Amino acid sequence: MAERTSGDLVLAGVTRTYDTFTAVDNIDLTIPQGSFFALLGPSGCGKTTTLRMVAGLEQPTVGTISIGGKDITSTKPYQRNVNTVFQNYALFPHLDILENVAFGLKRRGVRDWKAKAMEALELVELAQVARKKPTQLSGGMQQRVALARAVVNRPDVLLLDEPLGALDLKLRRQMQIELKRIQQEVGLTFVHVTHDQEEAMTMADTIAVMNAGRLQQVGDPGTLYEKPQSTFSANFLGQSNLLRATVSGVAGELASLDVHGIPMTLPASSLPGSGTELWLGIRPEKVRLLGDSADTSGLNTLKGEVTDVSFLGVATQYLVAMPWGRELTVVQQNDGMPRAALGSNVTLGWVPQHSFALDARQDADAGAEHVEDE
Amino acid sequence: MAWLRRNLVIIIGILVMVYILLPNLVVIVFSFNKPAGRYNYEWSQFSLDAWTNVCGVPGMCQSVGLSLQIGIIASLTAAVLGTMVAFALGRYRFRGRSGTNLLIFLPMATPEVVMGSSLLTLFIAMGVPTGRTTILIAHIMFCLSFVIVTVKARVASLDPRLEQAAADLYANEVQTFMKVTFPLVLPGIAAGALLAFSLSFDDYIITNFNASPESVTFPMYVWGAAQRGTPVQINVIGTMMFLGALLVVVAGQVLASRRSRRVA
Amino acid sequence: MAVSTLTQAPVAAPRRARRRRAAVPYLLLVPGMLWLVIFFLVPMISLGSQSLQTGDVDNGYTMTWNFATYADALSTYWPQMLRSLVYAGVATLATLALGYPLAWFIAHRSGRYKNFLLVLVIAPFFTSFLIRTLAWQTILGDTGLLGQVAAWTHTDFLLSGFKDVLRTVGLINNDQLLFSPFAVICGLTYNFLPFMVLPLYANLERLDHRLVEAAGDLYASPFQAFRRVIWPLSLPGVVAGTLLTFIPATGDYINSVLLGSTRTVMIGQVIDAQFLRVLDYPTAAALSFILMLVIVALVVTYVRRAGTEELV
Repeated sequence: MAERTSGDLVLAGVTRTYDTFTAVDNIDLTIPQGSFFALLGPSGCGKTTTLRMVAGLEQPTVGTISIGGKDITSTKPYQRNVNTVFQNYALFPHLDILENVAFGLKRRGVRDWKAKAMEALELVELAQVARKKPTQLSGGMQQRVALARAVVNRPDVLLLDEPLGALDLKLRRQMQIELKRIQQEVGLTFVHVTHDQEEAMTMADTIAVMNAGRLQQVGDPGTLYEKPQSTFSANFLGQSNLLRATVSGVAGELASLDVHGIPMTLPASSLPGSGTELWLGIRPEKVRLLGDSADTSGLNTLKGEVTDVSFLGVATQYLVAMPWGRELTVVQQNDGMPRAALGSNVTLGWVPQHSFALDARQDADAGAEHVEDE
Repeated sequence: MAWLRRNLVIIIGILVMVYILLPNLVVIVFSFNKPAGRYNYEWSQFSLDAWTNVCGVPGMCQSVGLSLQIGIIASLTAAVLGTMVAFALGRYRFRGRSGTNLLIFLPMATPEVVMGSSLLTLFIAMGVPTGRTTILIAHIMFCLSFVIVTVKARVASLDPRLEQAAADLYANEVQTFMKVTFPLVLPGIAAGALLAFSLSFDDYIITNFNASPESVTFPMYVWGAAQRGTPVQINVIGTMMFLGALLVVVAGQVLASRRSRRVA
Repeated sequence: MAVSTLTQAPVAAPRRARRRRAAVPYLLLVPGMLWLVIFFLVPMISLGSQSLQTGDVDNGYTMTWNFATYADALSTYWPQMLRSLVYAGVATLATLALGYPLAWFIAHRSGRYKNFLLVLVIAPFFTSFLIRTLAWQTILGDTGLLGQVAAWTHTDFLLSGFKDVLRTVGLINNDQLLFSPFAVICGLTYNFLPFMVLPLYANLERLDHRLVEAAGDLYASPFQAFRRVIWPLSLPGVVAGTLLTFIPATGDYINSVLLGSTRTVMIGQVIDAQFLRVLDYPTAAALSFILMLVIVALVVTYVRRAGTEELV
């Protein structure tokens, strides 16, 4: 049995290929000990495969995985101090809840397994169902049991494979808060795989965005959202408006841009490199509908016609048609201010510091597709 | 008229059920009969004689004993051998899979007459005298396919993620098999063994080919009785078998339903 | 076929471990398959070779590739062969006609009693089928159950009318219901009904009732809904049930001995007699193979026409 090593989880050059298909392509990742880390990406991007390689259920074709400096790449799953919460819970149907939770403890010969298992059940508030069978519990309860079964072993790394996918919305929100609380209480490293960007941003300290086997960007939710480094990240997390822009000059801290003939500005520090062709990005909630008498100094402005108004309860989403054929998405909180009517001509404006810029060679539609149902 | 059309299926269904159960009822009822002659086809008077004196007829209880013996040994052997084959088929890649599947399927598709007679030919050619052992060999042979098919279905329906979860929770290959895989496949093995037992206990044709005058199984005894004279005790055994089978099936259903009762 | 292994073998695994792991399936297969090879395959081959030999019990047999045995056997016993196929065929159709409504009834119209009814269908199957077949003698005999009940309830005229119908069709030969083709087919149908009902039930149970509702929504009458939606979807179950019934029924002779007469002799009886009484092994073997070949041919054409690939 491997002795306890705590420390950071490090993936170095990890690649997984099947015959002609590369599922995971050269991943370098350092997951700090005790953090809540999310692997985010659409279906088929390789995040589950990466997780399984950390668990030992799959072997990388190339690369190493280590915890606290100790290389565990070629060890069997039962030799690693890593536990998994499976997507479909994978509770043993022939054992009762207590025996399920105690399974790992018993295999390692822990003496007071009963007390430890009950403690874990209390952590997830399910002590009263200890003697029931898994088929007698609802989905949400089974999920909590699966969590207890993994947490009770105090592993170096706890892996969660889309554990909330099968739950309804209210329950999912509840569990997101629960998971975060438990992680902070127990202090384990959690690695959470999900395709739900809201879930990742709610729960994780750090997010790694994956697409087609590759890492797109790694960072905390705020940075990832406000300063995406690829069109994929920009479109996959929330929504983005991407406008074709050309750099016409840099004066001090401000860069001048030409957007379809309209002059705009951007902080020079936001320029992605030395290229002159850009995608200028602005999030829908950062765009304001300006009244006729509004002060537009210092703002980037555009004029267009409202082609769609969708009432979302908390906010209203507008689609505004631009002279060059595309539509901009604008989201305004319903703060009591008057709404724009369908067909009216409006002026849009935003603060230049709120925008971000990406190299124009990237595909503007990457990550924008509707995430398919699994 | 409309009532008839709507409920036609129910009426036919009930009639067919009567058709299925009628002989069993007759067997049970006539076990309380005291026939006038050698045969038990006409009701003459009610009597408990057969029930109180079950082994009164010479040779019958020995034949039941032999059938039980052979049934238990054959079903257990077929269960072990068949489970091994089912695991190989359901879990591993290997060459010759289609040939193996064909060989397993053939006995189920071959008429009993052909299987029984060909096996007899083999025993004669090898100079093996027919009797208890040859019956046993034949029974294991024809039970194997049924056990394999039953267990294979169970193995195939096993969620592979359960074994992955076990490995994730520090169980090595042997422990995973003992603690997770085997307990979950066990109901399938039990079902296969039960099926094998009933096929073996009830078999006449193949047994007849491979038996000798000293090794009379219960079906063989009944066959002889059909020519000589049917003692009422045969019905008693038949009734006990029916009730026993009913008990086992009901018990199995109760166990299965108890496991899946839901809690909010 | 999905293969489940715990880990993919790492690229640089020691060769000896890999070879050991590769041997596992074969080790598991060998005992069971060897049993089938020795006690099924070899006897079959031996039977095949026996059918081409000449000689007798006292002087021994020699292999002479005597195909004439097949021709002789067929020309002598083709009535019994044909009769077996006809009886089995009629019985199979009867089980289908009776079993389909029953399976549908249990699957969709029985509500709380579903499991109870399934138990009742299965339980008789596990009790001695000889005894149950003998019970038909009690039921169908002249002074048997049917006759006595008819006399009691004064419905004798129905019974004799029924017998008249059967006589015209040739299913009975005199005034007896017993010891006639009717009784044999009745017994065959009875014995194999569970084999038809269970696969049908397994198939119909999975049938989504909403498909039938959708058909009704799209203007189909109940009969059309059956013909266009239910029947095609239930075909795999029908095929499975038919095969499980027809194949054993063709070779069965217990029903014909217990419930039939000298005019209902089936091919199984002939083979049995040739083996155990006449001791003419080559003829017996030839008949066995002819029976098998006929069954295989019928099954293959049937399955191909029914158009289903899977049998289960």
